Amino acid sequence: MITENRIPKSGKGQMMKRYGVWVAASLLVVILPQIFDSGFAVTMMSEMCIAIIFALSYNMLLGQGGMLSFGHAVFYGFGGFIAIHAIKLVNDGASVIPLELIPLVGGVAGFLFALLLGYISTKKAGTTFALISLGLVELVVACVLLFPSFFGGEEGVSADRMLDYSITGFGFGSGIEVFYLIAFWMVIATALMYLQTQTPLGRMANAVRDNPERAPFVGYDIHLVRFFQFSLSGFFAGIAGGLLAINYEIVNSEMIGAIASGNVLLMTYIGGVGHFFGPILGAVLFTFLHLTLVNITQAGQIYLGVLFIAIILWAPNGMAGIIMVHQPIWRAGKIKRLLPSYLAALGAGLVTFFGAMIFVEINYHLSLSIEPDKPMQLLGVEFQANGWIPWLLAIALMVAGYFMLRPLIRKIGRKWDELTQEMQEGGIA
Amino acid sequence: MTNEIALNLVDVNKRFGETEIIRGVDLAVKTGERHAIIGPNGAGKSTVFNLISGYYPLTKGKIELNGQEINGLEPFQINRLGLCRSFQVTNLFAKMSVFENVRCALMWSTGYKYSFWHLMGRQKKLNEKAEELIEQINMTHRSRIPVGELSYAEQRALEIGITIAGGADVILLDEPTAGMSHSETEQAVELMKFVSEGKTLIVVEHDMGVVFDLADRISVLVYGEIIATDTPDNIRNNKAVQEAYLGAEEEV
Amino acid sequence: MEFYVISLLNSLVFGMLLFMLSSGLTLIFGMMGVLNFAHASFYMVGAYFGYQISAMIGFWPALVIAPVLVGVLGAAIERYGLRTVHKHGHVAELLFTFGVAFMIEELILLIWGRVAMNYQVPASLDFTIFTLFESDFPVYRLFMLTISVVMFVALYLLLTKTRTGIIIQAALTHADGVGMLGHNVPRVFMLVFGGGSALAGLAGVIGGNYLVTSPSMAILLGPIVFVVIVVGGMGSLTGALIASLLIAALQTFAVGYDYSLVDLLAVFNIELGAEPWFPDLWRIKIESTGPLLPYLLMVIMLIFRPKGIMGERES
Repeated sequence: MITENRIPKSGKGQMMKRYGVWVAASLLVVILPQIFDSGFAVTMMSEMCIAIIFALSYNMLLGQGGMLSFGHAVFYGFGGFIAIHAIKLVNDGASVIPLELIPLVGGVAGFLFALLLGYISTKKAGTTFALISLGLVELVVACVLLFPSFFGGEEGVSADRMLDYSITGFGFGSGIEVFYLIAFWMVIATALMYLQTQTPLGRMANAVRDNPERAPFVGYDIHLVRFFQFSLSGFFAGIAGGLLAINYEIVNSEMIGAIASGNVLLMTYIGGVGHFFGPILGAVLFTFLHLTLVNITQAGQIYLGVLFIAIILWAPNGMAGIIMVHQPIWRAGKIKRLLPSYLAALGAGLVTFFGAMIFVEINYHLSLSIEPDKPMQLLGVEFQANGWIPWLLAIALMVAGYFMLRPLIRKIGRKWDELTQEMQEGGIA
Repeated sequence: MTNEIALNLVDVNKRFGETEIIRGVDLAVKTGERHAIIGPNGAGKSTVFNLISGYYPLTKGKIELNGQEINGLEPFQINRLGLCRSFQVTNLFAKMSVFENVRCALMWSTGYKYSFWHLMGRQKKLNEKAEELIEQINMTHRSRIPVGELSYAEQRALEIGITIAGGADVILLDEPTAGMSHSETEQAVELMKFVSEGKTLIVVEHDMGVVFDLADRISVLVYGEIIATDTPDNIRNNKAVQEAYLGAEEEV
Repeated sequence: MEFYVISLLNSLVFGMLLFMLSSGLTLIFGMMGVLNFAHASFYMVGAYFGYQISAMIGFWPALVIAPVLVGVLGAAIERYGLRTVHKHGHVAELLFTFGVAFMIEELILLIWGRVAMNYQVPASLDFTIFTLFESDFPVYRLFMLTISVVMFVALYLLLTKTRTGIIIQAALTHADGVGMLGHNVPRVFMLVFGGGSALAGLAGVIGGNYLVTSPSMAILLGPIVFVVIVVGGMGSLTGALIASLLIAALQTFAVGYDYSLVDLLAVFNIELGAEPWFPDLWRIKIESTGPLLPYLLMVIMLIFRPKGIMGERES
């Protein structure tokens, strides 16, 4: 990640540039639920905001610090559990925390938990760190059933978010009011995490990521750098957990385990770890797919897995990386030259995808549905899964798509070479 | 050059498994001195640097920095006590710009420590100091370029820059002119003289021109032992050195 | 007395199974620096292949064919996937194998469904070999033990006595040097990855009918195997052996103890009040801590001896 920090120049233009993005994002967040106001849409947007905070907190570890963790959800979940217990305390009259501050309670909980686990976690780096994180999340999950009064056993812990005392005066009974609370914290958390990248700790975390050998020789204890970065990321994960508690009014062990940890890894990586906004993209996309695919297909996980592997193999900088790679071409005004070959490749890709989709769905129907002999539905068409026509169609489409795609991808490569050469000659690249 | 000892190696031994690499090195570098370490390839020069800077543990012996024992300390602790080193293979923060690299190298010594509440853009003094240092290594016109795009000589210059940024008194440079052309080497030597003004400099070098231009004293390391430590003229005439180290003047 | 002997024997069996899994992983890691997150998934694939082939041809052919198939799968994944990712660094490699693990689980769900497979111990091995005190010790466990010991010895001989083995050992620390000597290092990598995977597959074939064969096998056993190699010391086979046996023993013995801290206090005639602070902690019985223990051991190791039992200090 090329993170050049420009020394701020003064002037109206610079102000607009620096704050414009934040203002626009805040406006967007205010307007969106007014446009998409169905219950489903508002729930999805709330989930997206929570996922954004969670993914950005995760990227403090992975993208910023070079630490791959398989157990980040322990701070998310712990923040959530503490938050829900705090709400319960208010329900029982034992405390007077307003709902608006509950996410902060979650954040502090996440921070303290990360301090506790972080010192030994960050003693090692790289692969060993990843394994330690896995061991720790399994440790926590193993504790869940042993401490039923805190974790609530199998059902989890629930509470009522409509509290008597509120700072803003909202009751937070309706989805939209909850969304605005969540969105408010999302904007704050995102801003704070962005600013953190511009601090000495944030910079050294980058440096330690890039060259852990050199960092001690500029005076830094790399263990402490990683430890502090780890703890801060736990803070923000805890905020996300607190918002989760508010959103669903229940927290259970699913939110603290390996699957939730795996999910945040997936969404952050797919979004792109090398740019600050990457995890935001990933979180939005992932939440969207998660909530919509579940209604369409049982094979959602497979598509997600294929997407993940495709990104690792061919686009390791994720969606953000793909976008940013086009930035110089966009600036040079030559983006239109790429469009025809992109569209053609997209078409061929879709053909292949349809074939694969049919293949996967048929198999899912045959293995996992309750009555595999009954006809199945796909995109509105009903057919028998065990007939030979759908199989043939699926395989034919995949093969045809593949053979169409290969030359088209080569063509895209040639177009890129052409354009880069032009721009180099023009002195742009 | 005073008579105080800045860096003292006493009977330093290093063994890797069964192989002895450094066999009883004694070396006393005086404060303010410019000291060169030369020797044939494989003699263990980089290993000596790694031992001094805490990168490897000693098998035997001790190392003192300004009178204080530093063997067994972590590299960052040794760095904070006032010793810095450059690397033979350029070792920069690859994804950052020149300016970012220099600024990172300045952060600890300017007291920022692990702060997550200072915004880098607003730290006037730090940013000015960074610009100053970049000016000193003649890279102002390239300061916003990502280091991956620098030429080799520029990277080596930056390597020296971030090495000395922290203001350490004892500077170790590991083959700083390796791979440079004649004019690049001249510039590098000027830079080295400039940055080591009033400080103690220890250089590992192969380029004899650089060594004889720069050094107050030279130590010759052969097969893990120092066979001679003396002024350049005496070293030039030393029979044992001539025998062991057949390469005479290396004109690059 | 009975409890100790039986538990010891069972620990041995489980421990050797863990070792079969962790040894392949250690080899791959020590050799290529890449941690194969999908290693436990290969174990699962081995179990499923073992089940399928047993159902079609019989257990004994399955014992040979299934691991080979898994090995081929592993080699293919290395050749066509891992090799591309190699240039992006260890983190990317780990992520890739994580993706592979993810996909394997989904594919298994796709092909065989969610329900556990009825993978039985073959009739020829389904009798009691001896009776200790009052418990019957099935011969299948002896069989498992035998296979794992044979595998260990074969591995040891392969690595130290054969030419291939010595090349592998050299490539372990000096891949470039070995390459310059004319050996096809990528091919060696592929062989090691495939070989390690085949070992995991073998463990699956014999473990799948001892434990349960279900799509959650990998998730249940995987993290424990990783703890084994962290506790044993990354890259050390001996360490993996010791850690495997230790962890197996911990889990097996824990199940037999019905005591909690309340009972411990009772020994000193201390009684807890009606509403003690943090009630759960006092009532936990040792027997329920089984799943917890490997990870607790890992944490303790990290605090007091981070390099593991036999680990090397990282330079």
